[in-house]
Amino acid sequence: MAILVVAAHDGKTVRANVANAVTAAGQMGSDVTVLVAGSGADEAAKSAAAIQGVAKVLQADDAAYANWLAEDIAPLVVKLAPNYSHVVMAADSVGKNIAPRVAALLDVAQVSEAIQVVSPDTFVRPIYAGNAMATVQTADKVKVVTIRPTNFKAAAAGGSAAIEKIGGEGAKGLSSYVGAELSKSERPELTSAKIVVSGGRGLQSGENFKMLETLADKLGAGLGASRAAVDAGYVPNDYQVGQTGKVVAPDLYIAIGISGAIQHLAGMKDSKTIVAINKDEEAPIFQVADYGLVGDLFQIVPELTAAVEKK
Amino acid sequence: MKVLVAVKRVIDYNVKIRVKADNTGVETANVKMSMNPFDEIAVEEAIRMKEKGAATEVIAFSAGPAQCQETIRTALAMGADRGILVQADGELQPLAVAKLLKAVVEKEQPGLVIVGKQAIDDDSNQTGQMLAALLGWSQGTFANKINVADGSVEVKREVDGGLENIKIKMPAVITTDLRLNEPRYASLPNIMKAKKKPIETLAPDALGVDVAPRLKTLKVEEPPKRKAGIKVKTVAELVDKLKNEAGVI
Repeated sequence: MAILVVAAHDGKTVRANVANAVTAAGQMGSDVTVLVAGSGADEAAKSAAAIQGVAKVLQADDAAYANWLAEDIAPLVVKLAPNYSHVVMAADSVGKNIAPRVAALLDVAQVSEAIQVVSPDTFVRPIYAGNAMATVQTADKVKVVTIRPTNFKAAAAGGSAAIEKIGGEGAKGLSSYVGAELSKSERPELTSAKIVVSGGRGLQSGENFKMLETLADKLGAGLGASRAAVDAGYVPNDYQVGQTGKVVAPDLYIAIGISGAIQHLAGMKDSKTIVAINKDEEAPIFQVADYGLVGDLFQIVPELTAAVEKK
Repeated sequence: MKVLVAVKRVIDYNVKIRVKADNTGVETANVKMSMNPFDEIAVEEAIRMKEKGAATEVIAFSAGPAQCQETIRTALAMGADRGILVQADGELQPLAVAKLLKAVVEKEQPGLVIVGKQAIDDDSNQTGQMLAALLGWSQGTFANKINVADGSVEVKREVDGGLENIKIKMPAVITTDLRLNEPRYASLPNIMKAKKKPIETLAPDALGVDVAPRLKTLKVEEPPKRKAGIKVKTVAELVDKLKNEAGVI
């Protein structure tokens, strides 16, 4: 069965989670094709071809695809879809935007955020903020699936797939891209970081988040936040970990001043080791933490930063 | 311009859900239900448009069992003008809801449809995109800010690296992110007034939509439990454990 993976990219390289999607796709069938749509995306296509397990890369060059507008990308995917048994995307903000549009145009159901491939037509996905796991089966001819990247290992580099150039479908004129306001950070990207340091309302201000930045930098960690910290304006919203933000599964997740609401746990409870630092002994976060430290974070965090430095 | 908002009745976000013993689903009997939080934001945004004069009428739509009337009443109490309930028992999946919405959109001809970005029960995040696809309309998903201006909508979207600005042609479908607005509480007088507002009840058959689930749920299980952890006393002990026991730093 041939699988089509639709790859988001920045023009130069495909997103890191495409390698995770290729692994998931490999579990659904054997012949994995990656679609790289863009405007002059030669470099991105090459980076897709270098992922192991990719049999072929389709490079669709069209100015219409420059900014990943769903109205323009979906018709291209829909045109290619009948040649494949599955259309797979990573469940990031690009995949979530485009995949359901593709599915509806094909008149098929979509499987959202699969965390396990049971068989080519059967998938496990979390529901109710990760508090239940549903096993679902689809009988549709083309199966449109988004996968949760943190649940599939990234395919290694070292592949050498052939790149085939294909034409585009042009712009539909329904929408246009105006610009972006991206938050800049030197730190590792949140969803792929090995260690994540996360702060909540307990930090009390955006100024105090600097303390976590220092700790994160010492650990080479990504920086995350709870919804409370984002809503209070301490950090930008793309830091948010949770049901409605990003899902992370690092080796080590350090939750500082975070109570551990259901919404937040949905985004981090698959982390290998969880550390909770909180002054409230009864905080629900301690129920999932491997190591808990009850105390004042303003005292503990600098101490921890110093201790990590010594190691 | 009419604005259509879609609202879903879900288990209240504060409830700790229980998986049924026979693994067929989640226990919903005698559990507190409320309007999906993202949909409250959709209703609020539509009402604000009406207050600013950008919308003339706000219609609240819901699909599901008879109790969804209550969810529509909540939207009416917040300020929506009238309701449409497509009554259907049994599971309704996003594609089916999108098709029901499409049928209602064709009847009502709104200029905008606003829906929540996802329901907190099935966590699908699909219906708005599917509706836009079926109608051939533009979509502004995960909206953080919207501005209706002369035949188009400027939408600030929440994306992975930050925010993104797009301009989409009307008619359009918008899906709301949490930070779009803060929904108002319905006051008692408004709750009383909402009881007099009309709710039209339709059947999927009358709209010509087959709502049979396309995804078959084989089983629903509890997620694996995490082992209980330990509390450490000092930072030194914590660092030691992380280094020597967990091996993560």
